[in-house]
Amino acid sequence: MRTTHLAQSRLPVLAVLLVLASVAVMTLLVLLPLFTVFHDALSKGVGKYLASIRDPDAISAVKLTLLVAAIAVPINAAFGVAAAWCVARFEFRGKNALLTLIDLPFSMSPVVSGLVWVLLFGAQGWFGEWLIDHGIKVIFATTGLVLATVLVTFPFVARELIPLMQDQGSDEEVAALTLGAGGFTTFFRITLPNIRWALLYGVLLCNARAMGEFGAVSVVSGHIRGLTTTLPLHVEVLYNDYDFVGAFAAASLLASLGLVTLVLKTALEWRHAGELSAARRH
Amino acid sequence: MLPGFGLSLGITLFCLGVIVVLPLTALAVRPWELGLDGVWRALSAPRVAAALRLSFGLSALAALLNAPLGLLLAWTLTRYRFPGRRILDALVDLPFALPTAVAGIALTAIYAPNGPLGSLLMRVGIKAAYSPLGIFIALVFIGLPFVVRSLQPVLQDLDAEVEEAAQTLGASALQRAVRVILPALAPALVSGLSLAFARAVGEYGSVVFIAGNLPMKTEIAPLIIVIKLEQYDYAGAAAVGLAMVAIAFGSLILINALQLFLAGRGRR
Repeated sequence: MRTTHLAQSRLPVLAVLLVLASVAVMTLLVLLPLFTVFHDALSKGVGKYLASIRDPDAISAVKLTLLVAAIAVPINAAFGVAAAWCVARFEFRGKNALLTLIDLPFSMSPVVSGLVWVLLFGAQGWFGEWLIDHGIKVIFATTGLVLATVLVTFPFVARELIPLMQDQGSDEEVAALTLGAGGFTTFFRITLPNIRWALLYGVLLCNARAMGEFGAVSVVSGHIRGLTTTLPLHVEVLYNDYDFVGAFAAASLLASLGLVTLVLKTALEWRHAGELSAARRH
Repeated sequence: MLPGFGLSLGITLFCLGVIVVLPLTALAVRPWELGLDGVWRALSAPRVAAALRLSFGLSALAALLNAPLGLLLAWTLTRYRFPGRRILDALVDLPFALPTAVAGIALTAIYAPNGPLGSLLMRVGIKAAYSPLGIFIALVFIGLPFVVRSLQPVLQDLDAEVEEAAQTLGASALQRAVRVILPALAPALVSGLSLAFARAVGEYGSVVFIAGNLPMKTEIAPLIIVIKLEQYDYAGAAAVGLAMVAIAFGSLILINALQLFLAGRGRR
């Protein structure tokens, strides 16, 4: 019993040391970069910071980022709901292959997610000549940015919904149908309310990634200032021009987006834990 | 039977086909325009081979450092109650939430020779930014949440009774950690590390600023793809992309095998 006693009396000291070490690791590795973004953005004063944000190129970058997300996120949400419905509610052959394909974009390099679109629609892509003949621009245009973003964020919503809907089972939906409700009524009155928080959770993560994506859009963008530079690409352009205040000012907007996302996500995990997929319950 | 199978499967297959299958087919097919010889020549070119080695090597090293860091954080966050714990826990996801380009320029500013930590390291003769060490730091940063989030649920569910039993039988704290807790955590640790590794191999935004991008020295594999595309060498870019996918896939199969082995041992 002596060992036990010793171990217990030592524990608080060990605990304090481990907590301090954890705080130190997080501060140095994670918090310092976040602090640096805002510190460097404001290093030449608030006036310079506001001027960088009000710059016409910055404003058009913000608008383009919002536009791309406004197209990409609903596509992924619609896909996610459809995929979750057929995977969680029906048994069919090839389901596992389907699930693997849905997850695949997560394990691809963002640069490869951009590259594949160039291979299809670039000047020497499979459909390149046809597109040029018909005067359609995909690469170095908004369409390409949207395609790259959709691919990178593809699994986000589906991944939140599938495990949740499998957990919930279809009893409530079957009951509604038995009572004479139609398919769409059942979906909108039963299914959607049951999955709304998980759907919101997936949309939140999908949106954050869509707005913050860099590698994939960088490949298809062509970096045409004011036209095809999303906010993360605007950061890159300014940084490479040694306009550090401008780069960090634009970066501070993206960092704020990340922080807001983090707060909302954490709030969802705390408040609606029971209505999120099991992996998200803290 | 529930309705909507045809409709939902139709939408799913259409989206998968257009957004995932068609583009990946292009990735799988286009390298071979160079012929087998050409693909080999493209991949074994010294600059390309150096970048592949650097990306995979540093990603593995970063995962190795993420193991103790992840264990430390997951342990303190699940086992101790202290003020600010929930905030610290939420902040673990910050490397996920922060767009990669933002993390990239921030890390560069910190570790550049005139940055707050970079200047300290310079004084002892270590160059952090624009060297492999800088890439390594960025990869540790983005990999950390994967490891912590894989370990946390297992640590939470780990039966306290087993630990108490070991303690009653006279096992010291160290013995309990090594003989009881670590084997139970091993499969989750391996899966967290493999996620971190896979992410690190393909990572671009948070690495490309701090890397310095010197040919043969600090060029990462994704950058080679970007460079080849800028030269309109589509087939070459596709070859490097396909090689990255293939090597990553191969290492994940190995890691899965290791995980199964560890899970079997943990259960015994």
